[in-house]
Amino acid sequence: MSSKVIQAMYNDDDILMDAVKEVRAASHHIEEVYTPFPVHGLEKAMGLKDTRIAITAFMYGCVGFSFAVWMMNYMMIEQWPQDIGGKPSFSFLLNMPAFVPIMFELSVFFAAHLMVITFYMRSRLWPFKEAENPDPRTTDDMFVMEVSVDGNEDELISFLEKTGTVEIKVTEKH
Amino acid sequence: MYTFSSKLKTFSFALMIIGLLGVGYGFFSGPSTVEEVKVMLQDSHDAHGEVADSHGTDAYAANADAHGDEHAEHVLHLIKNKPWSALYVALFFFFMISLATLAFYAIQHAAQAGWSVVLFRVMEGITAYLPVGGVLLFVFFVLSSLHMNHLFTWMDPEVVAHDELIQNKSGYLNVPFFLIRAAIYIIGWVIYRNHARKLTLAQDNASDLSNYTKLFKRSAAFLVFFLVSESMMSWDWIMSLDPHWFSTLFGWYVFASMIVSAITTIALISIYLKGKGYLEFVNDSHLHDLAKFMFGFSVFWTYLWFSQFMLIWYADIPEEVTYFISRFNEYKIPFLGMLVLNFLFPLLVLMNSDYKRVPWFIVTTGIVILIGHYVDIFVMIMPATVGDQWFFGISEISSVLLVLGIFIYVVFTALSKAPLLAKGNPFIKESEHFHY
Repeated sequence: MSSKVIQAMYNDDDILMDAVKEVRAASHHIEEVYTPFPVHGLEKAMGLKDTRIAITAFMYGCVGFSFAVWMMNYMMIEQWPQDIGGKPSFSFLLNMPAFVPIMFELSVFFAAHLMVITFYMRSRLWPFKEAENPDPRTTDDMFVMEVSVDGNEDELISFLEKTGTVEIKVTEKH
Repeated sequence: MYTFSSKLKTFSFALMIIGLLGVGYGFFSGPSTVEEVKVMLQDSHDAHGEVADSHGTDAYAANADAHGDEHAEHVLHLIKNKPWSALYVALFFFFMISLATLAFYAIQHAAQAGWSVVLFRVMEGITAYLPVGGVLLFVFFVLSSLHMNHLFTWMDPEVVAHDELIQNKSGYLNVPFFLIRAAIYIIGWVIYRNHARKLTLAQDNASDLSNYTKLFKRSAAFLVFFLVSESMMSWDWIMSLDPHWFSTLFGWYVFASMIVSAITTIALISIYLKGKGYLEFVNDSHLHDLAKFMFGFSVFWTYLWFSQFMLIWYADIPEEVTYFISRFNEYKIPFLGMLVLNFLFPLLVLMNSDYKRVPWFIVTTGIVILIGHYVDIFVMIMPATVGDQWFFGISEISSVLLVLGIFIYVVFTALSKAPLLAKGNPFIKESEHFHY
């Protein structure tokens, strides 16, 4: 099965946005869009689903909070309830205010770090990873829209040429 | 142009009348002599008869005779303070909403915020209560200094004569200086409010931006004045009720309570007016921003509440910790309950970005937050004035209704006096198209 893609290159994010809308309206499938910086509203124009990373962060925060509660309760109340400076170590609630800074920090720590790691895993980012951009210029001043070819290739090329592209390349999908 | 609906007007008058009747009832009911208090205390002890038996009634009775008069007199003072304190909590609560709205308004001008311009007239409407509430509070302070009540114990020369701690503070805590300070704060705030209102109304039909730039500068200057005066106001009007106690972050703590109530009120009134079709230019992104502020300042309030509580709890210095001991022993439900209302509820409900755009979510949370911050003021004031004799009854509820009625009447009258869109502001286009 041929997996050809057409890479249409643009030099302006407004033109790119309009092109994305036109291509979607003509119901061609956009494989990927490469931009050197975040283009506001691009994900809406492409019809991407909302990210759920905030939900994972909330759950990680709950994990961190529970971990802190468990840890402080185990160490300070159950394991060795020492009298340290007259603080009431009879029950967790009695000494709770002293644990709040730790509970807070661990919630934030878990939420932040696990969310970042989730982000790296989901977007497949790690050291020594091979860069995937099709053209080095897309990290500088060019925008590339990859449209998958199914059906008439020449028709698609001439359609894309009318959307304000500055360069068109047909390649095999990597 | 908004027209004050006759229904709402009637409603506000009904609130005022019901409130006034209830407040009057609060002042005339209840024991007025030591003898009546003794009967009342005896009744409540009889009701707890079985408990008293097991504790040894004889020992108690012997003690009670010697202590009886003194104790009953103390209780009488507390009970007499109750309707006054209830009124004071309500007066301060609505005044602080109006005052913090003014501060928020000044911040929006000084920061040249682009999103909030469409809400300026709503904020100006809320701050219209400032002169009215200021006069009411000032009259209340004058009555207090005339010994109509015993809210501020340091105003009582007999108490001061036997209290070295208060004597040492009398350079600051004395009646004339207190009233002068109160007058300076209130006049300062009202001057800025009226001036800002005049300038924005003039800007509506102006051909240049001179009014706008003037307002920008005045707002920045006002914020400097506000920061100092608000802090001192919180010492004078609230902290001095416990003249033996002091806390350094108290001013900020009161401010946090004020600003979150104010933003909530702005959101509620905007949603009400939008529901009536008067604010088409306010979209759900504006509401989203207000809800974010409600969320953020709720957390900020909790941060300051906890910082104040935890520092005092941790070090446990007797002279400071009595403040929290009396609240923990006698006010456990409101003291801990307000944490649920002011922190847990907004935290969980307003965390989701989608919920912050849904009006009924904002209204529900807003009402919970306002109740929570009323309880916050209640717990700041009541333990010092009525102690363990507190009760959330007719006096408290009708005081809130009375001041709420006045607040609604004044605010919506002011809203109907000017167009609801401040069209002369240079950021108005940006604000109308604000989108998040």
